[in-house]
Amino acid sequence: MPLFPFPDIAPALPEIILAVGAMALLIFGAIRGERSTRAVSWLAIAALILAFVVFLIYGGERRLGFYGMFVSDAFALFMKALVLIGSAVTILIGMRYNEDQGIARFEFPVLVLLSTAGMMVMISANDLITLYVGLELQNLALYVVASFNRDSPRSSEAGLKYFVLGALSSGMLLYGASLIYGFTGTTAFSEIAQLVAGGAASSTGVVIGLVFVVVGLAFKVSAVPFHMWTPDVYEGAPTPVTMFFAVAPKIAALALFVRFMIEPFGPLVSEWRQVIIFLSVASMVLGAVAAIAQENIKRLMAYSSISHVGYALIGLATGTAAGIRGVLVYMAIYLFMTVGTWSVILCMRRNGRMLEGISDLAGLSRSQPALALALAIFMFALSGIPPTAGLFAKLYVFLAAIDAKLTGLAVIGVVTSVVSAFYYLRVVKVMYFDEPAGLFDRPLTAELKGVVFVTAVVTLFFFVLPGPIVGGAEAAASALFAR
Amino acid sequence: MSHWPLLSLVTFLPLVGAAFILLVQGEEAVVARNARWIALWTSLIVFLLSLALWFNFDPTIADFQFVERTTWVTLGGFNFNYHMGIDGISLFFVLLTTILTFITILSAWEIIQVRVREFMIAFLVLETLMVGVFCALDFILFYVFFEGVLIPMFLIIGVWGGSNRIYSAFKFFLYTLLGSVLMLLGVLAVYFQTGTTDIEYALAHSELFPAGLQKWLWLAFFASFAVKVPMWPVHTWLPDAHVEAPTAGSVILAGILLKLGGYGFIRFSLPIFPLASAYFTPLIFALSAIAVIYTSLVALAQLDMKKLVAYSSIAHMGFVTMGTFAVTSEAVQGAVIQMLSHGLVSGALFLCVGVLYDRLHTHEIARFGGLVHRMPAYAFVLMVFTLASIGLPGTSGFVGEFLILLGTFRVNTLECTLAATALFLGPMYMLYMYRRVIFGTLTRADLRGMLDLSMREKALFAPLLVVVIWMGVYPLSFLRPIQASVDHLVRQVSAATEAASMRRASLR
Repeated sequence: MPLFPFPDIAPALPEIILAVGAMALLIFGAIRGERSTRAVSWLAIAALILAFVVFLIYGGERRLGFYGMFVSDAFALFMKALVLIGSAVTILIGMRYNEDQGIARFEFPVLVLLSTAGMMVMISANDLITLYVGLELQNLALYVVASFNRDSPRSSEAGLKYFVLGALSSGMLLYGASLIYGFTGTTAFSEIAQLVAGGAASSTGVVIGLVFVVVGLAFKVSAVPFHMWTPDVYEGAPTPVTMFFAVAPKIAALALFVRFMIEPFGPLVSEWRQVIIFLSVASMVLGAVAAIAQENIKRLMAYSSISHVGYALIGLATGTAAGIRGVLVYMAIYLFMTVGTWSVILCMRRNGRMLEGISDLAGLSRSQPALALALAIFMFALSGIPPTAGLFAKLYVFLAAIDAKLTGLAVIGVVTSVVSAFYYLRVVKVMYFDEPAGLFDRPLTAELKGVVFVTAVVTLFFFVLPGPIVGGAEAAASALFAR
Repeated sequence: MSHWPLLSLVTFLPLVGAAFILLVQGEEAVVARNARWIALWTSLIVFLLSLALWFNFDPTIADFQFVERTTWVTLGGFNFNYHMGIDGISLFFVLLTTILTFITILSAWEIIQVRVREFMIAFLVLETLMVGVFCALDFILFYVFFEGVLIPMFLIIGVWGGSNRIYSAFKFFLYTLLGSVLMLLGVLAVYFQTGTTDIEYALAHSELFPAGLQKWLWLAFFASFAVKVPMWPVHTWLPDAHVEAPTAGSVILAGILLKLGGYGFIRFSLPIFPLASAYFTPLIFALSAIAVIYTSLVALAQLDMKKLVAYSSIAHMGFVTMGTFAVTSEAVQGAVIQMLSHGLVSGALFLCVGVLYDRLHTHEIARFGGLVHRMPAYAFVLMVFTLASIGLPGTSGFVGEFLILLGTFRVNTLECTLAATALFLGPMYMLYMYRRVIFGTLTRADLRGMLDLSMREKALFAPLLVVVIWMGVYPLSFLRPIQASVDHLVRQVSAATEAASMRRASLR
């Protein structure tokens, strides 16, 4: 045995690539100055792709690192793939946007890279300490990118708001984690799981600690009633950053949420199910109702993302492998629908000025039919109308809910989906039924066109070949229940 | 022919046409002309192909024919297939869809001048979805088609509709969506009960559903179909949607979309949940009787032709629901025939209203009068369809209503009597409208300049007229393919209810 046993770091190689890459790019940028922004962006994307390739080589095999504090398995693979896609697209379409808005700085891709590294640590967390380290690494970078447009008061406000509420939620989470540690005597998920399964740890203290952690995580996924920051931050942050917020951190936090509830606390499902059901119902209802009156499409999408978290949480509430599969399929489809929608929103520019009003989309079907068609596809998908992917996202969570005898939750889910269909339809109505309000700036950048096209095709034709996503989700979900 | 995937061809060929239209480039007028021709040819070919279905259909067997089956998703125990097939019940609905689509595309030839390309694409996509609904033999596939219909129809009403089109489009969409999402949950519950999403399997295994569960599932499906039919009191979206929709949209709405509900009742509610169907029959009978009497009276008071025809549709569909749940062979056959007849007749009536609307841009009854002097051909066509709508012997309307009343009489005389009031309420509102529009003296100046039917319009009405009379004079050519499947269905349902009552008796 070596004198200083070096922890097995191989499972964390992708994270290390990202972290080291971010540092190297930071130095590179600092030396070369602002004109290196493009190069740094492309290199950051390369780092993300490299990390992705390493994942593909690793596959879904379960590996532990850092004395069991870090785990890489099929579940982590699936969620990290989604996060990596979200981050790469953000950097890709953020490049031009930042240049146009005069906020192109090489720190942007570096910060995105760092927060992505944090998210991946969160997803792979197998210990309360890892969980917190990953979460904070992600958060600190996100606070900065939220206020990246530092001359805009709205952006600064968004960053500050996100910081204050984020810090509050981290505090709650930490408090819960310390309670769990206090009552179980360990921070390792696997040991907690053994204690919980053995019935030794189902004391009130652990449950209270669990609830605090759930509150902290609910903040991160913006589930009602911990959603207050979402609309303001979404509206204030620069649009590519908002898109980033709507996908990557949300998917990562939800992954952490799922792993935390299922791995250490799976046996306590009857204790925490009520909490999740409440979060789910509240998110679906508020997300559906509050969005109706919105005139700003960024705020609309904020409420929409709240309601989608509600649907995903239905899957978690079941506590079964089928339910988790539902969550994963949901998040994968959500990624494509959301990225697509935000990319279209990024196209909403007139005379060099970004537009955010829903009414600015008026008559888009006549001025830019392809763009309007894409947004219509995303809107129908977000409301879950077949044959778009949105139906299948909902299908898999409702399937699990009915299997788990949570019929009431499923009924609330479908009813709120009809309510929310109203505001998605309103966007379609503005585009297709109203008189044109004027052209958006053209030509669109190739990156935006490409992203809109790919996401629209995936969203519309998901039904032809649902295998890869559903199969991946299946493998990922069963990895959590393997032991 | 059995080697050809004929059903898939009929279903998806319109999409190919739509893709071609999408590819057309050039000036707006060129695009519009090409779009019209491509759509017309596509729908004609699809119609001819669907005729091949009829000719190759074996009327002696009750099973599904032209079956196609491929695995679609087999993952994690939740499998669904691409499974298509038609039996005697669905055969004519496919034909109805293809012929009405062809006619509506022709009817929109000159009327639709804005965004022709999108209009034609919407109709072709709609055709695919509607045919798909009638052919799908897998619940998930069925649901995709069934709810997908909403998207093109929403756009058709919203883009090419009248002044209040946005309100109507939203009402139509949200109303029917609420019904169908509840059905989706029902579908998932069926899956857990049978272990498959295969419709054919579920049809043959109604015994897998305990009586209590059947009631819940029946209600879930009812939520969807009742809105589609539409049954009183969830019918309020229909008059709004009809009045605002463009003529072609109204034709499809009345001709086919309403039939999705009736078809659903016959295809799913009856055979899969026979006990619940028996349990809820009084509810259906009550709602149907109200629909027949109440909406007939409402129709009497209408000042707008389109609204009048819309309300008459609700009354006619009341007959259909009644006949379906009477569960005698005559009544169910009558329900199918009545739906086919109503599809043709109400479609034709909406086209008639459209003819006047194209000339005068109104459907207000009071604006017309004495048209017989200027438009004799029109007066004749409208008369035939008015009489068919009333159910005059010799027209298709008579066959359906007569069979339904005959079949229901054996089951529930009171219900039959109540519904029979439609036999004099129907003529009241229809003939009243006919008199006010056609007869009288030509008073208004703008009416004097009205042109009679053009060749194109005559070509629209001719096939509908022929089929309506054919169905009325020699219904056997239509009844023969329907019969075997309906008999099988009725036997199955009564066997299930008898078995249940025997079980109850033996427990006692």
